[in-house]
Amino acid sequence: MGKSMDFEKIERGARRSERVRNTIIYVLLGIWALVVLFPFYWMVLSSVKSYSAYNAEYIPQLFTLSPTLQNYADAFTAVPLAKYFLNTLIFTVITTAVMMIVTVLAAFAFARLDFPGKNIAFVIFLSLMMIPNELVIITNFVTITNLDLRNTFLGLILPSITSVFYIYLLKENFAQVPDELYYAAKVDATSDFKYLWKVMIPICRPTLVTITILKVIECWNSYVWPRLITDDPNYYLVSNGIQEIRENGFGRENIPAMMSAVVVISVPLILLFLIFHKKIMAGVARGGTKG
Amino acid sequence: MENRSMKGWLYLLPAILFLGVFMVYPLIDVFIYSFEEGYNSASQTYFGVGTYNYSYVLHDPYFLQAVKNTLILVAITVPVSTGLSLLISLGLSNIPKLRNLFQTVYFLPYVTNTLAVGLVFMILFRKTPYTDGLANLVINFFGGESIDFIDGPYWAKMFVLCLYTVWVVMPFKILVLTSALASVNETYYKAARVDGTSRSRIFFRITLPLISPTMFYLIITGFIGAFKAYSDAVALFGTNLNAAEMNTIVGYVYDMLYGDSGGYPSFASAAAIILFVIVLTITCINLLVSKKHVHY
Repeated sequence: MGKSMDFEKIERGARRSERVRNTIIYVLLGIWALVVLFPFYWMVLSSVKSYSAYNAEYIPQLFTLSPTLQNYADAFTAVPLAKYFLNTLIFTVITTAVMMIVTVLAAFAFARLDFPGKNIAFVIFLSLMMIPNELVIITNFVTITNLDLRNTFLGLILPSITSVFYIYLLKENFAQVPDELYYAAKVDATSDFKYLWKVMIPICRPTLVTITILKVIECWNSYVWPRLITDDPNYYLVSNGIQEIRENGFGRENIPAMMSAVVVISVPLILLFLIFHKKIMAGVARGGTKG
Repeated sequence: MENRSMKGWLYLLPAILFLGVFMVYPLIDVFIYSFEEGYNSASQTYFGVGTYNYSYVLHDPYFLQAVKNTLILVAITVPVSTGLSLLISLGLSNIPKLRNLFQTVYFLPYVTNTLAVGLVFMILFRKTPYTDGLANLVINFFGGESIDFIDGPYWAKMFVLCLYTVWVVMPFKILVLTSALASVNETYYKAARVDGTSRSRIFFRITLPLISPTMFYLIITGFIGAFKAYSDAVALFGTNLNAAEMNTIVGYVYDMLYGDSGGYPSFASAAAIILFVIVLTITCINLLVSKKHVHY
């Protein structure tokens, strides 16, 4: 009798300490979630405060009772935010599309075709993955300047297309497609290109989607190259646009309008993330890099 | 056969063209630039070959400032972000219920524009005549003096830069570590628990050795990433980083190349190669250390 009481007591104690431990974990994780989310809250909050209300707050208020959308109107009329947006959209779509074509063709060659020098070529490709962008950007800048391609979409897009890593990622995926399919297709006299288009691409669609999304994120956020190659605001992408707004902005310092511009350029990627978060996270875990 | 071999190269041709023009050729060219003295980008002439560019860069106070800033940034953010992400991932592995929700929230900074969200950090930490900013409000609450973190003392600016950098790099580290922790075989834990092993012992003897390859991967990529810091600093302090004393090595390279102080691709090349050598050396040291300590 006494013994079973002891067990109960021990069990209850263990359960209580387990609960205390879990509570602490939840609190700490909650704090980090707050740290992550707070800047987003602050940016949305500041963007709906009116200009006069914002500047009247010596002590910043944590909420507002009279939200206004005026700042969003300002962000689109006082600065060419829509233009930056459109530029980024054009840049992102073309860069991603061309990169996908180049990547698919190269990955297919490495994964499926036989040709002399293939192994050496692949090793050279792999070693290119280690080249940091900072080393090659200098010459690219000179090249594009000499070709007179500054302040053009061509100049923005061309050097952004290269990405060895995605070729590698896709090649690994292509290589998993059973050889039998290829031989069967060959027996039916299917051409290599048709096989790639009708068999490989549908089978590997998940990887292709992942690569596309990762590249879209990369393009949307790219800052360094566009900054070097454009000084005409007509060709600014959103990153450069927001920097321009910060430095020359709305004529006067208008933080609420600036924040609404920040919200506008952040929303597309956050939407993309909310829709595809599983795919994006799986893709990044497999080999994205940042930081 | 002849036909087939040509076909393979044909599929590779676009990739080879792009990589050749925008990666292989620049890689060779950057070394040539860095040794051409007095290169003039307008006339594309130079008057000598030697190591003057390197010596100029190494004696440039702006470069030394940039190196100092970058080293401080690396020394603070790499350990802090790696340690913090390990703690958070361990916490996540203990709460199967809400893990996915928390993970998704934590990943959000990865998909945001560094320049844009940096502005939010700027207004949170900036002190202006109109307002001390939210960060200072918190400091005042705990009885401290208001500080301008954006235009104020050096250490305050460095603090915000480190904080923002950590905020930006955490999502990737948490994600990678959480998947590493999830892949540890449950049997080990069960066996240890049957033996009555303490939690700390389980962590140091089972968990840490099993995820050590991932840890070292994160440390190596963390070092490389932190050495290349640039856009975070621009987001907080604007494009004139030299004036703010907050320039980084990469920022120095770009400033030399373009902008108000630009037009010197030779100096930029020399600085970029110095950066590359530093990063390569640190990566090699990391790899040597990991050979000793990483359990595969």
